[in-house]
Amino acid sequence: MAEKTTILNLTEEEFVHPGNRACTGCGLSIVYRIGLKALGKNTLLVVPPSCLTVMQGLYPVASTKLPCVNVTFASTAAAATGVRSAMKALGKDDINVVAWAGDGGTSDIGIQALSGACERGDNIIYICYDNEAYMNTGVQRSGTTPQGVLTTTTPIKGKLQMKKDVPAIIAAHGIPYVATASAAFPLDLYDKVKKAATIVGPKYIHVHTPCPPGWGFDTRYTIKVGRLAVETGLFDLYEIENGNLTLSAPSQRLVGKKRPPVSDYFAAQGRFKSLDADMVSRIQQQVDAKWAA
Amino acid sequence: MYIIESGNVAAATGVKLSRVQVIAAYPITPQTPLTEKLSEFVESEQLPAQYIPVESEHSAMAVCIAASTAGTRTFTATSANGLLYMNEQLHWAVGARLPIVTCVVNRGIGAPWTVWNDQQDSMAQRDVGWIQLYASDHQQIIDTVIKAFRLAQTVSIPVMVCYDGYLLSHTYMPFELPDQSEVDAFLPPFVPKHFLDPENPGNFNTVTLPDIRPGVDGTMRPGYFEIRHNLHQDLRAALDSYAEIDREFEQRFGRGGSPFVEQYRCDDARFVAVAVGSLSYQLRDVIDIMREEGIAIGVMGVHMYRPFPDQAIVAALAGKECVVVFEKALSYGNQGPLYSDIKSALYRMDDRPILHNYILGLGGREIRTQQLLDALAESCARPAAIEDTPRWIGLKLQEEHHG
Repeated sequence: MAEKTTILNLTEEEFVHPGNRACTGCGLSIVYRIGLKALGKNTLLVVPPSCLTVMQGLYPVASTKLPCVNVTFASTAAAATGVRSAMKALGKDDINVVAWAGDGGTSDIGIQALSGACERGDNIIYICYDNEAYMNTGVQRSGTTPQGVLTTTTPIKGKLQMKKDVPAIIAAHGIPYVATASAAFPLDLYDKVKKAATIVGPKYIHVHTPCPPGWGFDTRYTIKVGRLAVETGLFDLYEIENGNLTLSAPSQRLVGKKRPPVSDYFAAQGRFKSLDADMVSRIQQQVDAKWAA
Repeated sequence: MYIIESGNVAAATGVKLSRVQVIAAYPITPQTPLTEKLSEFVESEQLPAQYIPVESEHSAMAVCIAASTAGTRTFTATSANGLLYMNEQLHWAVGARLPIVTCVVNRGIGAPWTVWNDQQDSMAQRDVGWIQLYASDHQQIIDTVIKAFRLAQTVSIPVMVCYDGYLLSHTYMPFELPDQSEVDAFLPPFVPKHFLDPENPGNFNTVTLPDIRPGVDGTMRPGYFEIRHNLHQDLRAALDSYAEIDREFEQRFGRGGSPFVEQYRCDDARFVAVAVGSLSYQLRDVIDIMREEGIAIGVMGVHMYRPFPDQAIVAALAGKECVVVFEKALSYGNQGPLYSDIKSALYRMDDRPILHNYILGLGGREIRTQQLLDALAESCARPAAIEDTPRWIGLKLQEEHHG
């Protein structure tokens, strides 16, 4: 992308109505608003059960100004393939077909359909907003919940297992475009969605999406918490284009610099309070090792 | 033009003649040759459609649901566990009121694994809200597929066209190939009222409250309860729609006239055997033998199972002494599903026939004509009492059963 989008040249056109059902401080509402701006009007959406289903409104009211088909939990990517196939059959192929799902719908129940669509090379954009647990059903652990996090199904010891690296799994399919993004860096997200819309084949964007009630922080800190995840080196922003990985600016500028300790990120949220000092230092070592490589 | 081909090829040819635009399928025995034939039609450009080789049956129906919502004619096919894996999607497709057509090549369900024929797979889906049509031979397969697309888009309800695995799917029979121009005249293109359209954006299958609710323009919109009621009413109305479509098909192609049940030598019969699919044709041989022996017996094949054509069934069985229902499916812990449905349809009659129920052929157990003859002869000899406990034909129990 030759030119970076800035707040000065970001389109003013909105595709999400205000007053929707998102929680105060919702990271998804930022991600969705910015993502739809990047996609524009000529877009068909596919959405499985998730916070987004609720945010979109209750029949007969809808908060999205784009056509959207709600589908079953496990079927998101296959349904996007179906929409794309119909567009091909109707000779209306010049349109964005976008699947928009949460981390549970992507990393757990939806991964088979997503893998199938990637393997077939289907021309869809798949956006996963990762709020790191089943938030819509009340904060249960998911495959992308980080280690140590308290959820309602890991209520005492926190999650024992590591966060599933979904972008790496999808990248292993050899699709033309995989990117990570964050609700705290909306313009970086905007440019990535824009770029994805120009590429033919499967595109996958994994968006780190802070959730005030699920993560246990005050609603005004959504951006701050999101930035800390990137700046401490825990969640990295990058693009993999045709197999070539490049760090995006917010992560690139950390190279060779001293990063804030991961404990800053953990301390900002209630969900990490069962982490002991040993665990924190082990995670710090893992992050340091990753950045040393 | 007549051709000699397998039942699966008859189905694939019906799909091709119906100008399907999007096909998604996952292979499962005995449906496989149907999907192979469709891939061949698409790759050889005999059928200008999108063929999506999905990674599961759940995704096959997902593709159909989404492509249908986007405004195209869609098709998939499956059998047995594949149909069960689709179950959630079957409910979704009918709730979304999409005119998808699916062939179910009937096969028994695991565990334990069986690849052979019975009808437990589609019978287990009788309450999802799909229309179910059963074919008894290859001609019926190809004709029913074409009629199914017309019915589905007329009533906005998906249709299952079911036919027996192996007995029909893999056997070869002559059947008449409908003319493409006649099919085109019979089956107009699918033009939905609402579809995914950036010029007229809509949110499909949104969360819907239990009660009615005003839209932004103030008009009241249905709640979930009303939407489900309307589906039921429209399914009941689909009986008349199918009768009309069958009539039109008969006028154009010269075949049809039995949209709900197919009766054979029933007019003066005291006894009627009832079955679904190829078994109803096998029973015709048995009826012929018994007729020669002077027994007034006929056979009724049930072609449409959902919506249940209760009035047609009452009309067909009125005045009969004994009705014997043969089933390759069972509502476990109760009785054959068709038997229960027929019994409830007959309840309104003052002079109800006696009913007997036989379970047979599960998991492909061979059904011998002699066994059918013996069962019918026995039922005709003791038409005294209704027998709600089904009898099993050809059961060979060994010592190790401790049930």
